Amino acid sequence: MTSIGTGYDLTNSVFSPDGRNFQVEYAVKAVENGGTSIGIKCKDGVVLAVEKIITSKLLKPGANNRIATIDRHIGTAYGRHFEKRARDEAASWRKLYKSPISTADLASRMGQYLQAYTLYSSVRPFGITAIIAGWDSESEVPVDSEVGGGPDTGSGGKVEGKTYGGPELYMIEPSGSYWGYYGAATGKGRQTAKAELEKLDLSAGTLSLLDGVNEAAKIIYLAHADNKDKDFELEMTWISNLNGPTKGRHEHVPKNILEEAERLAKGALDGEDDDDDSKSEDVKMDG
Amino acid sequence: MNHFPQAWGRPRDDVYGPYNSSFLQDCRPNQHTTSPIVTGTSVIAIKFKDGVVIAADNLASYGSLARFTNVKRLRKFADTSVVGFGGDISDMQYLDRTLNNLEIEHAYDSLKHTLNAKNLHTFLAKAFYERRSKLDPLWNHILVAGLDNEDKPFLASADLYGTTFSSPSLATGFGAHLAQPLLRKVVPDEEAASKLSLELAIEAVKESLKVLYYRDARSMDKYSIAVITKDGIELKEDEKLENQRWAFAEQIRGYGTQVN
Repeated sequence: MTSIGTGYDLTNSVFSPDGRNFQVEYAVKAVENGGTSIGIKCKDGVVLAVEKIITSKLLKPGANNRIATIDRHIGTAYGRHFEKRARDEAASWRKLYKSPISTADLASRMGQYLQAYTLYSSVRPFGITAIIAGWDSESEVPVDSEVGGGPDTGSGGKVEGKTYGGPELYMIEPSGSYWGYYGAATGKGRQTAKAELEKLDLSAGTLSLLDGVNEAAKIIYLAHADNKDKDFELEMTWISNLNGPTKGRHEHVPKNILEEAERLAKGALDGEDDDDDSKSEDVKMDG
Repeated sequence: MNHFPQAWGRPRDDVYGPYNSSFLQDCRPNQHTTSPIVTGTSVIAIKFKDGVVIAADNLASYGSLARFTNVKRLRKFADTSVVGFGGDISDMQYLDRTLNNLEIEHAYDSLKHTLNAKNLHTFLAKAFYERRSKLDPLWNHILVAGLDNEDKPFLASADLYGTTFSSPSLATGFGAHLAQPLLRKVVPDEEAASKLSLELAIEAVKESLKVLYYRDARSMDKYSIAVITKDGIELKEDEKLENQRWAFAEQIRGYGTQVN
């Protein structure tokens, strides 16, 4: 950081002598002030959770959503302008290809978009680190408005028993760089959250979606411990596979499951992780 | 300045010689749908006490050629409604995409409320009327089945002119002539519809489909049928007509005097 104050940090898209773009790094600082948000990739779905700081009692609970739906099957946290662009990208993808955009393709498009905002002095970088979570349909994706069946096997390109898609999780930084993650965390409590995510051994791909929901709640509660003087509200969404509770769509976690997850999270926080048996047995998936 | 607007702003003929304006004109006519190409035939529907039953066969004809025999003309939207399309198949696909996008965009800014059948019918009727007013109609006659704002069974039709009407039972195309009389016997009025059981409604629809297959040369014996109630949509797309009666044909000989 020795070059700070030498004039290389005044304008976007200017390289410092050691090859850095300070304006992008300042944008990262803005992100580090924001509420914690995390994403967890589970074996049968993806969970997104956001800590919403309650700045005033006048804020209506349950309103002011931070997590947005893109198309039907993708969730993003967060940034309004980002949301709008992502929806436009998804719509134009549909218009051209007559099918839903894959999560990887959306992440790529949005990565390019954010990177474009580091290229010119006339714009500023995005002050967000966005998490994109989606479930790409594992069934043969029909072309939008297709009316016929086509051949079952062979020339139609359908291979019997072959499945596609699955859970996807990406995080895009202000620089436009993005990676796929098993678990992603950003915002004020990201260090705590990351440490907790690493404990889950997500790369094994064994965590179920419902356990993922409970873990996500627990992590947000734990990450909030750094910021205890302020109240917060937990916002959580999920996307399951076609046989799961959301049928491949991005939805808010139903109230009863969310409340149960919060109860467990509070319990774990008070007792500091004494018992894990009460995990998910008594929670109903349909709510 | 003269009285020919096409010459205004152009070099003067008397100074520069005649101006070749042929390239200014777009020689091709506007490409409006003047007649349907690939078509689907009747759609029929009937209200019953808990919802609506709607059905259409799986054929898309190319003139008199039964060209596509696996075409799904009943389309689900917003998990709440079924639209049955008769008429031009390409226009049906356009409407399908339009409604699909409408559903996605609508979900963005609403948490709980979804589009019901009444909303969809209003939207479609306006779309039809707008297009016919541009002399570029969407060549369809559709039935919209589902529930209205009060969760009551909803059934209404809209066509390429933007004409709309509703009734306890409805049918498009040939169905209007052949199926509608049969369905009206079952539900002469709204009161009868509000008492009709699901079983009887399905039976009436299947019977009407059979009559249509007997008498409509652009129909087919494979069909789709959907039941829409408060609990959701049950859509079956690979049904086959049963219990047809052809045995009597063996008794028929010649056109008058032939005995054997």
